[in-house]
Amino acid sequence: MDGMKGEVIKVSGPLVVARGLSGARMFEMVRVGELGLFGEIIEIKGEEYSIQTYEETEGIGPGQPVVRTGEPLSVELGPGLIRSIYDGIQRPLDVLAQDFGEYIVRGTQRPALDRSKKWDFVPLARVGDAVKGGDILGTVQESALVSHKIMVPPGKSGTVGKIGPVTGNVDTEVAVIQSPGGPFGVTMVQRWPVRDPRPTKRKVPPTETMTTGQRIIDMFFPITKGGTACVPGPFGSGKTVVQHQLAKWADAQIVVYVGCGERGNEMTDVLMEFPHLKDPETGEPLMERTVLIANTSNMPVAAREASVFTGIAIAEYFRDMGYSVALMADSTSRWAEAMREISGRLEEMPGEEGYPAYLGSRIAGFYERAGSVICIGSDDRRGAVSIIGAVSPPGGDLSEPVVQTTLRVVKVYWGLDDKLAFARHFPAINWLSSYSLYQDIVDADADEKIDRMWSVNRKRAMTILQKEAELDELVRLVGIDALSLEDRLLMQAARMIREDFLHQNAFDDRDTYTSLRKQFLLLNLILRYYDEIRTGLADGATLEALLKLNVLEDITRARLIPEEELERFGSIEGDIVNSIRALIW
Amino acid sequence: MGNIIREYRTVKEIAGPLMLVDDVEGVTYGELADIKLEDGSLRRGRVLEVHGRKAMVQVFEGTRGLSPQDVKVKFLAKGMELGMSIDMLGRVFDGSGRPIDDGPAIIPEKYLNVNGNQINPYARDYPNEFIQTGISTIDLLNTLVRGQKLPLFSGSGLPHSRIAAQIARQATVLKTGEKFAVVFAAMGITFEEAEFFIADFRKTGAIERSVLFINLADDPPIERLTLPRMALTTAEFLAFEKDMHVLVILTDITNYCEALREISAARKEVPGRRGYPGYLYTDLSTIYERAGRIKGKNGSITQIPVLTMPEDDKTHPIPDLTGYITEGQIIILRPLHTQGIYPPVDVLPSLSRLKDKGIGAGKTREDHSDVMNQLYAAYAQGKNARELAVVLGESALTEEDVLFVKFSDAFEDRFVRQGEYENRTIEESLRIGWELLGMLPPNLLKRVRDEFIERYYPKTS
Repeated sequence: MDGMKGEVIKVSGPLVVARGLSGARMFEMVRVGELGLFGEIIEIKGEEYSIQTYEETEGIGPGQPVVRTGEPLSVELGPGLIRSIYDGIQRPLDVLAQDFGEYIVRGTQRPALDRSKKWDFVPLARVGDAVKGGDILGTVQESALVSHKIMVPPGKSGTVGKIGPVTGNVDTEVAVIQSPGGPFGVTMVQRWPVRDPRPTKRKVPPTETMTTGQRIIDMFFPITKGGTACVPGPFGSGKTVVQHQLAKWADAQIVVYVGCGERGNEMTDVLMEFPHLKDPETGEPLMERTVLIANTSNMPVAAREASVFTGIAIAEYFRDMGYSVALMADSTSRWAEAMREISGRLEEMPGEEGYPAYLGSRIAGFYERAGSVICIGSDDRRGAVSIIGAVSPPGGDLSEPVVQTTLRVVKVYWGLDDKLAFARHFPAINWLSSYSLYQDIVDADADEKIDRMWSVNRKRAMTILQKEAELDELVRLVGIDALSLEDRLLMQAARMIREDFLHQNAFDDRDTYTSLRKQFLLLNLILRYYDEIRTGLADGATLEALLKLNVLEDITRARLIPEEELERFGSIEGDIVNSIRALIW
Repeated sequence: MGNIIREYRTVKEIAGPLMLVDDVEGVTYGELADIKLEDGSLRRGRVLEVHGRKAMVQVFEGTRGLSPQDVKVKFLAKGMELGMSIDMLGRVFDGSGRPIDDGPAIIPEKYLNVNGNQINPYARDYPNEFIQTGISTIDLLNTLVRGQKLPLFSGSGLPHSRIAAQIARQATVLKTGEKFAVVFAAMGITFEEAEFFIADFRKTGAIERSVLFINLADDPPIERLTLPRMALTTAEFLAFEKDMHVLVILTDITNYCEALREISAARKEVPGRRGYPGYLYTDLSTIYERAGRIKGKNGSITQIPVLTMPEDDKTHPIPDLTGYITEGQIIILRPLHTQGIYPPVDVLPSLSRLKDKGIGAGKTREDHSDVMNQLYAAYAQGKNARELAVVLGESALTEEDVLFVKFSDAFEDRFVRQGEYENRTIEESLRIGWELLGMLPPNLLKRVRDEFIERYYPKTS
């Protein structure tokens, strides 16, 4: 007979070994010890079951009970996810704080979705409709920004036998489906094992741009809805600010932010700031589309390991409704370190730098859960999950295993550079080493929608920056005077692209977000200036005069022009032409 | 199983700081043990692993002189706890929490587990209250706020202790009527260093509002693992139960990490970089993350960990992992020290991540942020130009570059340099900042808004 209850035989940090659980499966959840700590079976050797516990194991010892739950680590999915803040195993931190005080108390649990909250279910399906997994039965207005679709759970099908408007908590039955196996009720909540990807009809190439309002990203290294990106950088180079900026301004409908093994105060920052920030499209607070998962560095490592899966399962659930979802994971290195720690405790043979040999496949498996998909259900709606993972390489050394295995799977690389950060150039994304494999897709899109010169300008600007890097070497060796006049002008243009376009102040209200239209105009303005001074030089103006035009001030401040006054770019262009003409006359 | 006396004479192995006790029953992970020697003396231990009837115990005072035959081990059925009292202020303790200042024993108000609990991120309050340290490079450029953890990255032979003591001495907020305390945790530092701090605290009277935990270089290294936890537990008690604003100085984190490596090696764990255990990051975070503020509580914990970087190498695992957890870093630089500049703070790579929320109108002054950015940018440009001049000679510099070189020299001499007992207000720091910016024409001050240039740019007579 299967044992539902066993006993502890060994405790070593977060690793507990138990006996007497025969019949238990890999990755089944158990409750450990008298406190009922949460844990997950991660290895089975004969009679011995190794369990990673999600909470501190102090006070646990041999002889204490271990109880099976019969279920793998799962999340609750339904209305109420938005605006929540969870730990790595989906415990609601706000509710825990309210019920148990400011410290996290071991063995405590509260439902992930608030049962006291009532929702208004509005049916879309009708009695007699044939439905299958993924079909939308009705909606619940979850927040100002999110209409939550109540779907038939994956794998189920039948005919709608009963459905109607109803108000109640998430456990309320909203429909009854008649199926060959008998009728079953559908509530507003689904459970899903986090380590299993949720099914889709099929994946499609991600072809739609995800705008972020960040100039260096949208213009030079763009990402698509359903795409994957990584942000590696040493500490202090601004990874978290980049992640926060994307969580704020990316044009995704849902944002899942996973703070994985990072600072507690950063999560507080998000919690305090997001309710006050307005979505540029709708004007609603950004919190109205955000789910937060906070497993800070001092919280147990096993829960940290689980946190990214909890995040991605929630993201996939919203994707299934037909939304475009962006998931930020900060930082995947801490996740990898959690795997390494557990692996070490299991005494597994280590791979590179002590990381388990399966590091690569786990990372790849995680990023592969991103994508643009045709959702299950009859209406072939599209949904997308984009993943943006921060990587924190030790010593900023990009040759380390987490960076290298990540780079093998992601399509966009925003390499952060501490030299830029020291010079207070933010975002400190290095324009020479970063890349985006979505560039062609986005170029074609922007050429059509924004301006046909978009891609031409971008390529020109990048050429100028590359040329500047070469000239810089020369200047370092022989001084600026050795450069030709044309090259001096190029250096000037490059400097302006860097300082007036790429540099963007996340903490300035006017600068923190730039629309694609304005990005185009701003870069175009700098390139226009460059064209004009080259002509001016050929026509006899002096270098000094060209580099000291009063209009330069206007160009520098152009990034602060409000989105409603974009016509001012035209008048600055006019001023450039006039002031250069004045020099020649 | 609480009441059975569990005293065992079944020690089977002793290796390094670890002891293996066999045939035990009911022992739990993390439990504390009393280890009685034949001569009646007592040592403390903690269970690091239990497997069936075997318990691995880490002995805090070290295993020297222990023999399996005559050691008795008694398990205490509780984790490591420390008795807490407001009377701890003004007292000195060793790494096991015993008073070492000849004062009376502490009568505890309550006992707290030294490992603490994790603050629920939801319950945290964001640190945004400016702390004035009186040091310009910190106040103006790398602003410290209450509840922050801001380490000093230093090297051997550099004056980090003097800087830490100066911060402890001078730190105030621009509000009055609040209670302060300093908790000082010394891990493996020398007698002279410890004495320097104690003497300094005495001289200024700071000792009355300080709690000192001292583990010297020749004290048992294993005690260094619990010492910071005891110090932080005390800090939490003072901050969150006694409404005090606590500044915690932890020195030297490098010694702490080495003690951790020693335990890890004794347990034959797979080593990570440079032999440090793979969980060094997690372990350090359980120290650093105990800084902060809590919603609805008046007190706060601000941490200044001090660490000496081996070979001044910032990529060494200890500073590296620290930098990933702390909210910035103040870097102490050898060349500046050699030039005789105190405090030798390397401004460019130093950083306070929380500064933006603690400065500006109503907190420091409206122009703070602009002045800070401009000083950074100008100093960076000046340093670049200076390097260029080294390669190509002064004559290769443009007029503008020459100006910036002059600026950066003056910046180091007048802004960075200050007296060890010179306590500059933020207004003074800003005034010096503006004086220096006055060396540059206003049109080069691109990071400062026009209104501030009009208001603060020094008028030439």
